[in-house]
Amino acid sequence: MAVAGLDLTVEARECFGLLGPNGAGKTTTIEILEGLTAPDSGEVEVLGMRWTRGTGESRALRERLGIQLQDTQLADKLTVEETVRLFRSFYRSAHSVEEVLALVELEEKRTSWVGKLSGGQKQRLAVACALVSRPELLFLDEPTTGLDPQSRRQLWEVIGRFRAAGGTVLLTTHYMEEAERLCDRVAIMDHGRIIALGSPRSLIASLGAEHVVEFALADGSGRPVAPATEELAALPGVRAVRPAVDRIALTVEEVHRAVPALLALLERRGAELSLLATHHATLEDVFVSLTGRQLRDE
Amino acid sequence: MSDHPLVQLSLARMREFYREPEAIFWVFGFPIVLAFALGIAFRNRGPGELRVAVQQGSGDSAVAATLARAPGLSAVVLDSSQARLQLRTGRLALLVVPGETVVYRFDSTRTESRLARLEADEALQRSRGRVDPARVTEERVTEPGSRYIDFLIPGLLGMNLMGSGLWGVGFSVVQARTKKLLKRFMATPMRRSDYLLSFVLSRLVFLFVEVAALVGFGWWMFHVGVRGSLGAVAGITVLGSLSFAGLGMLVASRARTIEAVSGLMNLVMLPMWILSGTFFSYARFPDAMQPFVKALPLTALNDALRAVMIDGSSLARLGAPLGIVAAWGLVSFVVALRIFRWR
Repeated sequence: MAVAGLDLTVEARECFGLLGPNGAGKTTTIEILEGLTAPDSGEVEVLGMRWTRGTGESRALRERLGIQLQDTQLADKLTVEETVRLFRSFYRSAHSVEEVLALVELEEKRTSWVGKLSGGQKQRLAVACALVSRPELLFLDEPTTGLDPQSRRQLWEVIGRFRAAGGTVLLTTHYMEEAERLCDRVAIMDHGRIIALGSPRSLIASLGAEHVVEFALADGSGRPVAPATEELAALPGVRAVRPAVDRIALTVEEVHRAVPALLALLERRGAELSLLATHHATLEDVFVSLTGRQLRDE
Repeated sequence: MSDHPLVQLSLARMREFYREPEAIFWVFGFPIVLAFALGIAFRNRGPGELRVAVQQGSGDSAVAATLARAPGLSAVVLDSSQARLQLRTGRLALLVVPGETVVYRFDSTRTESRLARLEADEALQRSRGRVDPARVTEERVTEPGSRYIDFLIPGLLGMNLMGSGLWGVGFSVVQARTKKLLKRFMATPMRRSDYLLSFVLSRLVFLFVEVAALVGFGWWMFHVGVRGSLGAVAGITVLGSLSFAGLGMLVASRARTIEAVSGLMNLVMLPMWILSGTFFSYARFPDAMQPFVKALPLTALNDALRAVMIDGSSLARLGAPLGIVAAWGLVSFVVALRIFRWR
């Protein structure tokens, strides 16, 4: 079973993110919501309509949705314009080709073959095909996976413009930066279940501290000389200790108190540092603290 | 109108096809190349002139002159060693040794040698005063319609309709499925019937180009005419094309990979290439196989095309083969719709 016991509500006009590692059940969840996969049990209501009430209602619902799927390859031998024109022909009311190409900033690629586009351009075209129907609700399944940072930012801008015009977005991602940046609320998924739900800020706040201090010892694992977890937890300002394979991460409230204390402790043990880093806590840290695993295991 | 999904889907089909040069060759070029090669290789030559020799000796030139006058023979005088060599290597059909008793030396297993012997003997006997008791006249028939190329062109047309129907539909459907494009379409309000109909519609457009290219080439190169009405040929090709599009849909209805669908295509097409009388008459197969062979859609299509193109039949008399073609298409299409994998 890919997903089980999911219970979530997406509000109108919000951007909701499903965050989790590969195989967590994000795609299955979003495809159930899109009416492409029938759930074994449970109820789905989208924009006040249901997929189970016959083809008439399903088609009426499809008119109001914009969908981008994770691994669709659009036809290589059609041009950008022809592809958009094809998709817009399926809808009763739709943007003109010019409008939608302007939305995703692909105007100058209008007559290029899809096969000649870069990865980022292809992805923006896929989003254009989703936006062409003037959707109320936009589904994006890993829209920026595999894209370079610039293409990713361009897509974020497209999504931002759609939201500014009053649209609702449900997206999946395994980039916490993306989720933090785009989403009003996120659901963190693991093994087909939601393990945390809330705004990125509140989830990070649930760690009880805003900073993460990571360190590793010079002799690799260095476990014999490394201080015990209890000793680290007892340091001032430390809220949680998470040993990982090659490092130990501390969730701390006040870096300026915790770090000197940590250094003093290591000094007493005669341990030498090979790494010391601090960063603001992210959704990644939330995931790690909940599951003990990294979000991205590649 | 031009924004109707059926129109846009059909346009997309057609664009994807004509922007693929290989596909253009296999659909349009290949059958013409095949028709050209086979038409040249199996053209009706007739026996032509048979070369006979008279062995040097007394009276050789008189015999040679008599033989040279006979229709269908050309005669030379050769010395005996030359003559034997040429006879052995097949450059001579017959060697005539003049004398009191005329000797015919030839290989009796060779058709043209036996023919040359008959012709030479008749010419010699008549020149020595033989009178034929029965009076005969000849009527020669060399009409287009009975040649191999006349048989071949309708067969190639049928085979092409099968190939482009199966490949054209099956390949694009499975490609759309493997690229998840089919699933993407399912996420829109697109009607499934529009999607399937777009294949039929775009097939019909290309059909006319296909048929015109092959029939036009046959007429231009080999003077293969259409004895029946062109309307009947058009009707049969449309029906055949729709039928094989249905079969293509069935073959592609479940396959998830190009490899799988290619295998299935060949499984469907190979028996028909061999059995359905494209290159040679299916009458050569044993009687026990005939009902099976005749039930194949390509056999029925080829029969119908030949009936119109060679014999000038009207559509009304082709109910049986056209019924078989239509039934295959209809059943395939209905089954394909029921079992089609949309994602």
